[in-house]
Amino acid sequence: MGLKTALYDTHVLQGAKIVDFGGWEMPLHYGSQIEEHHAVRRDAGMFDVSHMGVVDLTGDRVREFLRNLLANDVGRLKIPGKALYSCMLLPSGGVIDDLIVYFMSDTWFRVVVNAGTRDKDLAWIRRHAAPFGVTATLRGDLAMIAIQGPNAREKTLPLLAPALRAAAGELAPFFGGRFDTWFIARTGYTGEDGFEVMLPAADAAKTWTALRAQGIQSAGLGARDTLRLEAGMNLYGNDMDENHHPLESGLAWTVAFEPGDRDFIGRGALEILRHTAGDELVGLLLEERGVLRSHQKVVPAGEVTSGTFSPTLNRSIALARVPRTASAGVQVEIRGKLHPASIVKTPFVRHGKVLISV
Amino acid sequence: MSNIPSDLRYTKSHEWVRAAQDGAVEIGITEHAQSALGDLVFVEVPEVGRAVKAGEASAVVESVKAASDVYSPVSGKVIASNAQLATQPELLNQDPYGAGWMFRVQTNAPIDAAALMSAADYANYLAEEAK
Repeated sequence: MGLKTALYDTHVLQGAKIVDFGGWEMPLHYGSQIEEHHAVRRDAGMFDVSHMGVVDLTGDRVREFLRNLLANDVGRLKIPGKALYSCMLLPSGGVIDDLIVYFMSDTWFRVVVNAGTRDKDLAWIRRHAAPFGVTATLRGDLAMIAIQGPNAREKTLPLLAPALRAAAGELAPFFGGRFDTWFIARTGYTGEDGFEVMLPAADAAKTWTALRAQGIQSAGLGARDTLRLEAGMNLYGNDMDENHHPLESGLAWTVAFEPGDRDFIGRGALEILRHTAGDELVGLLLEERGVLRSHQKVVPAGEVTSGTFSPTLNRSIALARVPRTASAGVQVEIRGKLHPASIVKTPFVRHGKVLISV
Repeated sequence: MSNIPSDLRYTKSHEWVRAAQDGAVEIGITEHAQSALGDLVFVEVPEVGRAVKAGEASAVVESVKAASDVYSPVSGKVIASNAQLATQPELLNQDPYGAGWMFRVQTNAPIDAAALMSAADYANYLAEEAK
């Protein structure tokens, strides 16, 4: 049997189709993945993301430690609650994981890592934290619910404790605030506005039920994947991994080369790689019917890293790794036949709006 | 419990077969199959005139998540295919035994009855599979 979140029984009662995801038994959908997708784009939907690893890092030198551990620079985090997206790299530049780090206080940062990489992440973090006297604590006592969509915040706020509600209502994008044992951040993985709420696991089921009563659609990992891909967001293990560095994974914007004297793990390799031609990650729009899938071959060169059917566009879209010299028109091999596709700028969809021409 | 019409025959790979008087058969996927696949977004049916063999991958259905082959339960020539599925793949989810039919084959050999299940046998098969 796989691992279960605090909301597992709730999902089953709601009739969710449960699948294994990184060792966790998670809801794929509650009936129609496409309806769940549209609910998030048009109104509000919620995801159980308690399988993700919440890790609290504490110690007097925690900022110094993270400036060494992460490719993005937590030195940019000046105001408590501010979040930063970053990769954690091997010395080779390969990506161990992508994560979000929240600045809680001068002696406490919180990182949220992927479920499938949690154990290796923790081992890596602890190994490098020790010399800095930093302690890493996995918060298995917390659940996490992501509420996303244009009406997500409005529908969530009335359910929060008054003190938390006041703070949450004021949050700017990519900021979080905490009250008592709850932490709420204006972050997400869908390209829509919304919250990610970390709360005691014991509160999860009743909170989920209350959110449902607010008219928020339960949504599974299926919709989460189509939403993130439309939003042009990477999925670890598909679009980057230990054999691919951020610069060929559409993540150059997350690597802080400045200030030049900040040494971070992987910097040496990236300093060389940034001056080579190499590959890049691009968006693809299939010009014909069909569905792009990961590992399909791009002609003349390259490979699809994530592909799906986009419910918003009613077309197939993908992320693909291709040589930087690739022209705008390529072909993708699907079941032995070549189909034309266009390289387009991502995101495909954001805040409910289609951003590419179809 | 899945809807399993009693007038059809079934395969272990979850296709259904509807026999007509003249030796032609209509083929589609079962209620159970469409439910397991989830929202279907792309369907590729065989071209009319194509010769298919029993057990051969003859059509493709793709859900948001994955592509699956549909196997022809019989040998023969494709005499019709459901063009509506190109623009309305959701018909397979909504009406798998009716508007979601996939293709028709004029058989050129006796149907291997042993390879096809009755509705009752298919229901048992599903129950066994779910264990």
